[in-house]
Amino acid sequence: MSSLQAFNRKARKLQEACAAETGDAEALDVVALQDKKNKHGRVYYPLGCTLNFNPGWEVDISGGTAGLCAPVERDLFDCYLGCAWPAQVPDHLSNNPDWTSKCNSAVNDWRDVDVIYP
Amino acid sequence: MTAAEAVAVEYHPAEHHLFETGGRQFLYLVPSGAVFGLSGLSQELFSLLRSCPLSRDELTGELARRGYASREIESTLDEMVEFDVVSSGIPKKSFPSVPDQTFPIQRIVLNTTNQCNLACGYCYEYSDDRISSTKDQPKFMSSSIARAAIDTLFKESAGRSSLHVTFFGGETLLNFPLMRESVEYATSKARKAGKTVEFSLTTNATLLTEEIADFLAEYRIGVTVSIDGDKELHDRMRVFHSGKGSYDIIAPKIKMLLSRHRTNSIGARVTLSNGVREVRRIYDHLTREFGFEGVGFAPVTASPDRLYHINGTKMDRVLDEFEELAWEYRDYAIRGGRHYFTNVSDTVKELHLGISKAYTCGAGLGLLGVGTSGEIAACHRFVDSPVAQMGNVTTSGLNHEARNEFLGKHHIGARPDCHSCWVRPLCAGGCYHESYIHHGQTEASNLSQCDRIRGWIDLCLRIYGEIGMKNPKFLERFEES
Repeated sequence: MSSLQAFNRKARKLQEACAAETGDAEALDVVALQDKKNKHGRVYYPLGCTLNFNPGWEVDISGGTAGLCAPVERDLFDCYLGCAWPAQVPDHLSNNPDWTSKCNSAVNDWRDVDVIYP
Repeated sequence: MTAAEAVAVEYHPAEHHLFETGGRQFLYLVPSGAVFGLSGLSQELFSLLRSCPLSRDELTGELARRGYASREIESTLDEMVEFDVVSSGIPKKSFPSVPDQTFPIQRIVLNTTNQCNLACGYCYEYSDDRISSTKDQPKFMSSSIARAAIDTLFKESAGRSSLHVTFFGGETLLNFPLMRESVEYATSKARKAGKTVEFSLTTNATLLTEEIADFLAEYRIGVTVSIDGDKELHDRMRVFHSGKGSYDIIAPKIKMLLSRHRTNSIGARVTLSNGVREVRRIYDHLTREFGFEGVGFAPVTASPDRLYHINGTKMDRVLDEFEELAWEYRDYAIRGGRHYFTNVSDTVKELHLGISKAYTCGAGLGLLGVGTSGEIAACHRFVDSPVAQMGNVTTSGLNHEARNEFLGKHHIGARPDCHSCWVRPLCAGGCYHESYIHHGQTEASNLSQCDRIRGWIDLCLRIYGEIGMKNPKFLERFEES
């Protein structure tokens, strides 16, 4: 028991209010992904890619591998745009607008993407 | 903040009042009104900070030297910061927020008449301190005005489901027919509106009859009888216009009322004045001779040059007698018995709940006074007076602008004289009528009484602490449903 004792009703209300605040923090606890379920009964997948490495998780949101972020060559045009992907792509707005002009389908023609030497 | 700055932050005690009772230390926190018990580590930690502000390292270092585990020290300090017992950095003064402008009205006080059959020497309505002018007002409230007042109550009550009508005067029972009509009207209106309404009455008891007592019992009306003690004391001030005392008339009527009316409480209200200061004697008489369920004492509201005003030293003696009665209340409470000194029980209730007031009372906030002409005032003491007016029930009802202006001026945040005082959560500046009589302004703080008020609250805190330690079950009666 704490050596600080809530004595009247207002003090108890203060205690309850503070406990409720810290209680919410539990929902943000770190939960290992190996654990099938957190306290809400679901596996929790953070949106998007990991903070630490790309191209992504070992499994996708359905628990399979089909929806994984593709290797960089296959997902050239999305990873760097939609996520915080650190891959360096040429600036195709101002300096290198044609660097993918020979590449109609990234999945097939990725070998034809120009290499740019800054 | 850099790491170095974080380390250098000093902890200060938050605004508080420390008191000791039953061998234990307690804190009353301001302005929250929370009461915490200290012991062991928390007590030593707080005591260190009271001597001087310290950084976390200094605190943990010193307390570790005294044998406390550092994890315990850290968690106790964090807990105290969380509950605003301790603040990191210089504590900021804070005040309750200003309530919504549409704060609902819960109670009206109806002056059924401004006439009275007594001529009590100290009456704030008739004596030299009167602020009301009833010359051009109707002597008695009419049925239509009473109904309009009750309609106003319902209209302004918003979502409040439990309302209250208090009947006042002059001498209320001079206009008993109006009271009866109004009770019936309000009761039926409440039924239709799906609300409940309760009633109370203040009377000098000279006009009580069995018929009236039965009516009060039927409608469960709470009664406050103005009586100043035994015959000798009571008759000093509470006299008829002829100068004759009223005790012999009211004593049998009060006994009749107490035996016939048992559906609500019947309390005594004593006005202490220069010639009527024997608190103990009055309390004993009213509880033993009559059996009132509550006896409340109020020192007379009077400017200092009135002969019946209680001056400094005499007031201190009055408070000494209050204190004696208060300790007796403590004794009864610890044994689980009943004590009727309502000055203490009212205060202990507020301490137990941790009340923190934005306003000294509900005047203009949850309560309105209505005069015989339908004039609305902040409370019954301002009816027919030049200040605190806020509309008329027969014309456009409650004047919200005037009301909001009144509330703005009287919020505790707007009474700077009170800002450094630790009892402001319970006192919040004191009665507006008292302020007006003593200082000419309703918003002035009642500074001449501050030390006494602080002394009284400290006393009640000590009593509360002891009851809480020795018989906490007694305090459950103060928990609201």
